[in-house]
Amino acid sequence: MDFGAINPVVLFASLMVASTPILLAAIGELVVEKSGVLNLGVEGMMITGAICGFAIAVETGSPTLGFIAAMAGGAALSLVFGFLTQVLMSNQVATGLALTLFGLGFSALIGQGYVGTKPPATDRLNLGVLSDIPILGRMLFSHDLIVYLSLALVATVWAFLRFTRAGLILRAVGENHDAAHALGYKVVRIRLAAIAFGGACAGLGGAYLSLVRVPQWTEGMTSGAGWIALAIVVFASWRAGRVLLGAYLFGGVAVLQLNLQAAGLAVPVELLSASPYLVTILVLVIMSADRGRAALNAPASLGRVFHAST
Amino acid sequence: MNRRTLLASAALALGLAGTALAQDKTKVGFVFVGPIGDGGWTYEHNQGRLAVEEHFGDAVETVYQESVPEGADAERVLTQMALSGADLIFTTSFGYMDPTINVAQKFPNVKFEHATGYKRADNVGTYSARFYEGRAVQGLIAGHMTESNIIGYIASYPIPEVIRGINSAYIHARKVNPDVQFKVIWAYTWFDPAKEADAATALIEQGADVILQHTDSTAPQAAAEKAGNVYTFGQASDMAEYAPKPRISSIIDNWTPYYIDRVQAVIDGAWTSDDTWDGIGAGMVKIGEITDAVPAEVKAEAEALIEAIGSGAYHPFTGPLNKQDGSVWLAEGETADDGTLLGMNFYVEGLTGEIPQ
Repeated sequence: MDFGAINPVVLFASLMVASTPILLAAIGELVVEKSGVLNLGVEGMMITGAICGFAIAVETGSPTLGFIAAMAGGAALSLVFGFLTQVLMSNQVATGLALTLFGLGFSALIGQGYVGTKPPATDRLNLGVLSDIPILGRMLFSHDLIVYLSLALVATVWAFLRFTRAGLILRAVGENHDAAHALGYKVVRIRLAAIAFGGACAGLGGAYLSLVRVPQWTEGMTSGAGWIALAIVVFASWRAGRVLLGAYLFGGVAVLQLNLQAAGLAVPVELLSASPYLVTILVLVIMSADRGRAALNAPASLGRVFHAST
Repeated sequence: MNRRTLLASAALALGLAGTALAQDKTKVGFVFVGPIGDGGWTYEHNQGRLAVEEHFGDAVETVYQESVPEGADAERVLTQMALSGADLIFTTSFGYMDPTINVAQKFPNVKFEHATGYKRADNVGTYSARFYEGRAVQGLIAGHMTESNIIGYIASYPIPEVIRGINSAYIHARKVNPDVQFKVIWAYTWFDPAKEADAATALIEQGADVILQHTDSTAPQAAAEKAGNVYTFGQASDMAEYAPKPRISSIIDNWTPYYIDRVQAVIDGAWTSDDTWDGIGAGMVKIGEITDAVPAEVKAEAEALIEAIGSGAYHPFTGPLNKQDGSVWLAEGETADDGTLLGMNFYVEGLTGEIPQ
């Protein structure tokens, strides 16, 4: 065993990178679910964002444009879901699953010409003095813009849901769409906006995978990250702060277990391999159990079809 | 002729027409564990499928299903394929072994070919490539190229095929560099680019400057390229887009001749269950171009090794070799028999860590 080989500073830096795609997708899905819509198509939107971002970044040579295209692609796909579930009132679970299947196939189709291509490098943000701080600089202040953006997004979503009138309306729509409708709020429009936001976040998360974390395009490259994001939203009992905790726990333990394996830790590898799932679920469940009302935290209208006439 | 006999004969005629039609075209199914665009393992199997289509033209129809999970889903997919009239089905991953055997029992007239497994039946044959021969070449190059003397190895599942690869690479790396040390990470996946990239990064952060992989995507190559001074090898496919650096050579699986041969056997009615295990000599395992990043003398040494293995003059598992616990495995000059290799579940002496059981 050789723990000296694990450098905690580098480990933490890797952790932040590894967690960002899931964090982005999860925080987007949190807003969608808070508005009372269950979109199971996160995986499909992520991978669509991954290829849209990758393709545009390669064609234009600009990762920034790639990230914007990824958000647009994810949002566009999510609006297909929005149209079907909100306007045509289809079943949300089935439509969401279909969206995942569609996204996986569609991204494979667009991606045909991009297998083996290398994307332009995404620059690390130059934070000047901050990046030069020993240890902390390498750990926290030497990442690319998207990592910070994802953190800012969590804070923004938290503040939005907690302190703003618009956030209150969004929650009202998610808790009781009939009452919100009776008060004169445009339930469908608000939900569509939330769905598009969720799609954009998932798309951005996907592009972070294909442009920074891996960086390359491979079919099916999200391999389940979208489902992890969905699970984290539930285990975080629909709270922004816990989504951050969940995503970093999952990403962190996933990176840590690989490092422990490489260092030769004498723990069964199967256990290490399962540890990201076990630890994340365990921690979040224990945290929610504390309050005793975690189950009540689910938006009351989650997944229910809304029609103005009923 | 009353109505009932009319219907019966019509049904019979239809049935006959149906079989006649089915006999016209031989239907060949492929079950893949990853997407065909993975750039590695499944990509090469699909190249074999395309070659079958091209070779036989209209005489053969191929169908395939990609990203099929190993387990109950595989059984469903196989049943579906057999029901839809496939004459021959290639199941291209180790984890399809039991599903293949189970489904084969229900469809005695359908032929099955299972890759990398060891269970056979009257209508189930197995085939595999001696990848460990290629691993020996990789190990030799890796042992020469490493400066930190730490070689990282991204393993997939603890099955004999993967363990053989680790042993073979280690034996030949140690031969040219006695100080070499292997760090093995078990990814428990064949295909998960993000995880593979993370595993490669973890190994690099812990000092590995050569990465071998037994997973299917090109993600470790990208991670190595990002890190800079790290060398990698293409796995299953050439992965030439990462040449000349970090990818300095590769193992290429060449299934095409085998697939064409077996489909021909089914068409001729000459198919029988057998076990094929070919290597560099038969052309099933190819070594991709060794790039200029490798010094000329190392390249020459590697080519001599390829030659020796291909001609059968040298076996990568030649004694004296001890097992990890120090007990004698092969005496001086003795070579490993296929039975031991197929069931290999131990590390050779010098490797650290334990194989997950």
